[in-house]
Amino acid sequence: MAERNIAPDTPELRARWGEFAWTQENAALAKNIVARYPEGRQKSAVMPFLDLAQRQVGAETQTQGWLPLPVIEFVARELDLPIIRVLEVATFYTMYNLVPVGRFHVQVCGTTPCMLRGSDAILEGCYERGMRKGHTTDDGMWTLTEVECMGNCATAPMAQINDGNYEDLTPERLDAVLDALARGEHPKEGTQLPGRHTSEPADGPTTLVAMKTENHDYRGEWA
Amino acid sequence: MPKVSVDGQELEVPDGATVLQACELAGKEIPRFCYHERLSIAGNCRMCLVEVKPGPPKPQASCALPATDGQEIRTDSEMVKTAREGVMEFLLINHPLDCPICDQGGECDLQDQAMAYGRGGSRYDLNKRAVTDKYMGPLIKTQMTRCIHCTRCVRFSEEVAGVDEIGALYRGENMQITTYLEQAASHELSANVIDLCPVGALTSRPYAYEARPWELKKTLSIDVSDAVGANIRLDSRGREILRALPRVNDEVNEEWLSDKGRYQVDGLVRRRLDKVWIRRDGKLQAADWNTAFQAIADANPQGSIAAIAGDLVDCETMFAAKTLLAGLGSDLLEGRQTGMDYDVSNLAAVNFNSGFSGIENADAILIIGSHVRSEAALVHVRLRKAVKRGARVFVVGPEWDTTFPTTFLGPDAGVLHDLPAEVGEVFSKAERPAIILGAAGLASGALDRSLRLAQDWKLVRDGWNGFNVLHLAASRMGGLMLGYGRKGGIRDLAAAAPNVLLSLGADEVDYSAFPNSLKVYIGHHGDRGAHAADIILPAASYAEKDGTYVNTEGRVQYAEKAVYAPGDAREDWTILRAMADVLGVSVGFDSLAELQASMVAAVPALGVEGLADLGDLPASSGGGRASGVMKYPVEDFYLTNPIARASVVMQRCSAELLHGEGLAEAAE
Repeated sequence: MAERNIAPDTPELRARWGEFAWTQENAALAKNIVARYPEGRQKSAVMPFLDLAQRQVGAETQTQGWLPLPVIEFVARELDLPIIRVLEVATFYTMYNLVPVGRFHVQVCGTTPCMLRGSDAILEGCYERGMRKGHTTDDGMWTLTEVECMGNCATAPMAQINDGNYEDLTPERLDAVLDALARGEHPKEGTQLPGRHTSEPADGPTTLVAMKTENHDYRGEWA
Repeated sequence: MPKVSVDGQELEVPDGATVLQACELAGKEIPRFCYHERLSIAGNCRMCLVEVKPGPPKPQASCALPATDGQEIRTDSEMVKTAREGVMEFLLINHPLDCPICDQGGECDLQDQAMAYGRGGSRYDLNKRAVTDKYMGPLIKTQMTRCIHCTRCVRFSEEVAGVDEIGALYRGENMQITTYLEQAASHELSANVIDLCPVGALTSRPYAYEARPWELKKTLSIDVSDAVGANIRLDSRGREILRALPRVNDEVNEEWLSDKGRYQVDGLVRRRLDKVWIRRDGKLQAADWNTAFQAIADANPQGSIAAIAGDLVDCETMFAAKTLLAGLGSDLLEGRQTGMDYDVSNLAAVNFNSGFSGIENADAILIIGSHVRSEAALVHVRLRKAVKRGARVFVVGPEWDTTFPTTFLGPDAGVLHDLPAEVGEVFSKAERPAIILGAAGLASGALDRSLRLAQDWKLVRDGWNGFNVLHLAASRMGGLMLGYGRKGGIRDLAAAAPNVLLSLGADEVDYSAFPNSLKVYIGHHGDRGAHAADIILPAASYAEKDGTYVNTEGRVQYAEKAVYAPGDAREDWTILRAMADVLGVSVGFDSLAELQASMVAAVPALGVEGLADLGDLPASSGGGRASGVMKYPVEDFYLTNPIARASVVMQRCSAELLHGEGLAEAAE
């Protein structure tokens, strides 16, 4: 696992983020989130709040977003929680970025199934584009992280880029995705294997074949 | 009452007991790190694994498993042995082998349990994890590589202290225990995490590299830093007290100790009075005992001598002084140094009647003029428990951070005569209502009004007495039992203008009220009292004499002598005994045992360890109106007594934690 650290508490950080508050839309969202939990259990909203805050920071900085300490303190204030409890949550889950990231956060899975299916080449492809694990490229576009299993083993190897999963990658397909993203386009998420729909067997279904084109009632055929 | 069998031994365990508790009841030792009787169950160290049938065919964490009827528990099977060895091997993977330079060495749970339950070697030959040390303030020294992530410290600060400041950041192998932004842990009980830490990750900073536990002489003593009378153990080597640790006493301090009680001990070797001083021409000059005693005799104390007892003195000292004064035909005794003059004709009215363990069960609490956290941090722990059980708390007095939901009724004591309807409603419905009257409340004359409220709300009922007075001084209840409380308070003494004023370690008195008295200070620290004194007779601190103390509950407790007083200093009673000879008074005792015998003859309650019976709560006399904006007496928690003021550690705590001064770390 990549070593994670909290961004240092500096006067600049305080100056930049000390005034953080929900935008109007996010304030409404936050109100909805809190309403999901029973009275007196508002602290349960800490994870969606941190996510929302990270997205707001992302929108403000044109990146995937991260959680500066003043923002974590803001969430603690909003939920009337001790700051250390919020920080525990934020540091525990790797989806919360503790340091600034780039416009696109490329998280390449390196766990066994992806590794066997060629994640080393995917990472190599990222290196060739100037990315380094745990760093953001100088143009602020790409941050590379190697992560553990993302649950897409059937379509390995994969990379999660911001909110989208890109599966069945080869270095060429990754390049195509990254190029499209760099141009500001929205490449198709999910599997990048031509002809594959989702995570069905790559060379066509082996079960429920009759359902491939239309609904089929199998019940009468049960032995 | 579930019936279980532990290693073939059948027994019944209480409802709600865990398997671990069942094993303990059966006399089996279960190794553990994260489990602690007074904290919530975490179940993360896995050291307490046992084999339980019925259940999955694998070892189970006994601390988190409820005992149920018909369980067959094995703590001696091969599976349990292997499981413990396995857990221990994993715990030791990242634990440094630095026991020889670790302060926990010799009293380390991990060391002991590795010896008893480990497999004797590691199969791990990769690099160990290293963690940067965290700053946790002037009292707690950290060595976080040693941390085994039991989270006892996290749970303590959240549950017991009520100050969420320690947490576990990151996850898995990268997990690190820290305070937020490495700020100093700043509450009155912070150092208890040092005792809780089962390894050497959190150790005592002032005691760092001072001694090994086996070189220390352990003496059972009583803490005098507040009126709680926490049971402590003084660890000494040679003539120096190196540390104070809490002893377990569920009725008093459970197993906690306030930071002041724990760390003021380094003040015992600083600013000490170790020879006799006499003021000549406005300057203190060293002298000898005979000259000093003669000077007192020359001042003609016969019938014109008064004694003021300080906050830290034991009952023996006060009784010796009282006997001496009686021999000289005087009864001018007072212990309430700040001039309070509340009625002490019935001691039940100035006692913490619920008891500390009792107040936990109160369901409505009105605190009148007490900053409980700084005045009695260990009582505050009890209040937190009461609130957790659903108690409502109201406070009359300036607002302070209570760490639990509190309704503040205003800083003016006058509000007691005009309480909001809500308070009356809560208290009339409460089953175990309680009032805690603090020093600020007593000072604003709220005692009588509180007794009136106690009557109205029926605070005294079957099996419950909810009327409590929280004192600040360790000597207060003992002093009052011995008659150190006059109707007019200290003003009465000043009005009598005695020829000689004996100050028994009284450092909070305004001595300018006694301009024509010969002020004789019998005490152990060169503090305020010594500055004002004409004659200084060096005496012993609480660690240097056997003594009887009565805490604010009226609990009589005995402390033992740990070390000898420095230089010419003598135990207080011997000074008073020698002075009696020079003054030609017969006091009737020549040894401490004789003194104690005559003290017990005079006040029988002092002869029985435990709660003194102080009689029934008196009725309100109907007079007296509480009024005025209250002011809490403790301005600086760390510097409330002469020992603490002399302590470098306490000074540093005060500067750093209360006044926010960043003290530069010494360059290493």
